[in-house]
Amino acid sequence: MARITHGLTTSHIPAVGAAIDLGKTAEPYWKPLFAGYDWTKAWAKENVPDVIILVYNDHASAFTPEVVPTFALGCADQFPPADEGYGPRPVPVVQGRADLAAHLAEGLILDEFDLTLMYAMEVDHGLTVPLSLVYGQPDAWPTRVIPFAVNVVQYPPPTAHRCFMLGKAIRRAVERFDEDLNVHIWGTGGMSHQLQGPRAGFINTPWDTAFLDRLVKDPDSLAQLKHLEFVREAGAEGIELVMWLIMRGALGPEAEELYRFYHVPGSNTAVGHIVLQSVETP
Amino acid sequence: MTSYTAEFDDIPGTRVFTAQRAKAGYELNQFCMSLMKEANRERFKADERAYLDQTKMSQEQKQAVLDRDYNTMIDLGGQIYFLAKIFATDGLSYLQAVSTMTGMNIDDYQQMMLHGGRSPEGWRSIKDGN
Repeated sequence: MARITHGLTTSHIPAVGAAIDLGKTAEPYWKPLFAGYDWTKAWAKENVPDVIILVYNDHASAFTPEVVPTFALGCADQFPPADEGYGPRPVPVVQGRADLAAHLAEGLILDEFDLTLMYAMEVDHGLTVPLSLVYGQPDAWPTRVIPFAVNVVQYPPPTAHRCFMLGKAIRRAVERFDEDLNVHIWGTGGMSHQLQGPRAGFINTPWDTAFLDRLVKDPDSLAQLKHLEFVREAGAEGIELVMWLIMRGALGPEAEELYRFYHVPGSNTAVGHIVLQSVETP
Repeated sequence: MTSYTAEFDDIPGTRVFTAQRAKAGYELNQFCMSLMKEANRERFKADERAYLDQTKMSQEQKQAVLDRDYNTMIDLGGQIYFLAKIFATDGLSYLQAVSTMTGMNIDDYQQMMLHGGRSPEGWRSIKDGN
């Protein structure tokens, strides 16, 4: 059977993608940020999963003002990089895993998560920047990726609780897949940041640190957080952190922290990154 | 306005993009999406006014775009990830564009970010003053 063995979260700042694409990662501004991913890059080389379920949000790339799916599952064979206004990022086309995606669609919808299913979708920096941070600039990504897009752009986004429950349902559905697969789940976005209005530039390091601690040890309490607290304490765009709870829900009750990194600033954003291993409980 | 939406208005300097604002900003955000095509970016840059006049945006929305007044665009239903297509067309980064909404110049804003960002103190709640 398939198993979710590891979870990873990371911010998905567009300027980080631009720094990689333009060869600026050794510049003084960016160097400490990229150094924070060195451990993960080495680890990821030794621990290539068969599939990553990559939870992210679209930033007005695949989803126009005409359609706002709360949860959208990528069911296609391939997902090309989107042109976000600067031209598409020079990154490999993401290779999907349509059979597992179809299985997830069935399992999750029958488990009462009413997904939107995407059979053609371009993916933006929300999905490709995390892949670049972990895998660098290969000719092809080393693993298959199932994109899982969450609306965190238009309010209300899904609640933290719903995201946590969805993660648990993803774990159940993966475990019902017959083939032996090693599956990783990534949650992306965050941490504290605000990209709009006079409050832009908002960063709350103590709150972010506590969030990381609770993500490992006490995710149930994070699932109770209201949207208002995310916006008040983590900034308007800090709401992206609800996506991390999908990752955490999918790891099961206990998780071991393998690595953590936190850095301010990445452009307008507090960069948060954690790697977790699921602890099987008998 | 629902109580859910109203609660966010207690947070200083912030407009969350509600379903109500999405309706008000629909044409503005659709215009932004049109800039994802290179040919449209070129047409817009060649004659901004003419390009905007082909849309169904309100005069206020058009003027805010011409002025690159992002706070007003947000007040008129724009959302930052849609609006990003405008500043991408201008060749600006998020940092450069976002700083224009704060009343700070880009250097001061960049320095604030390098020193840990805007402190939450005083920016949490209007009614609680914290």
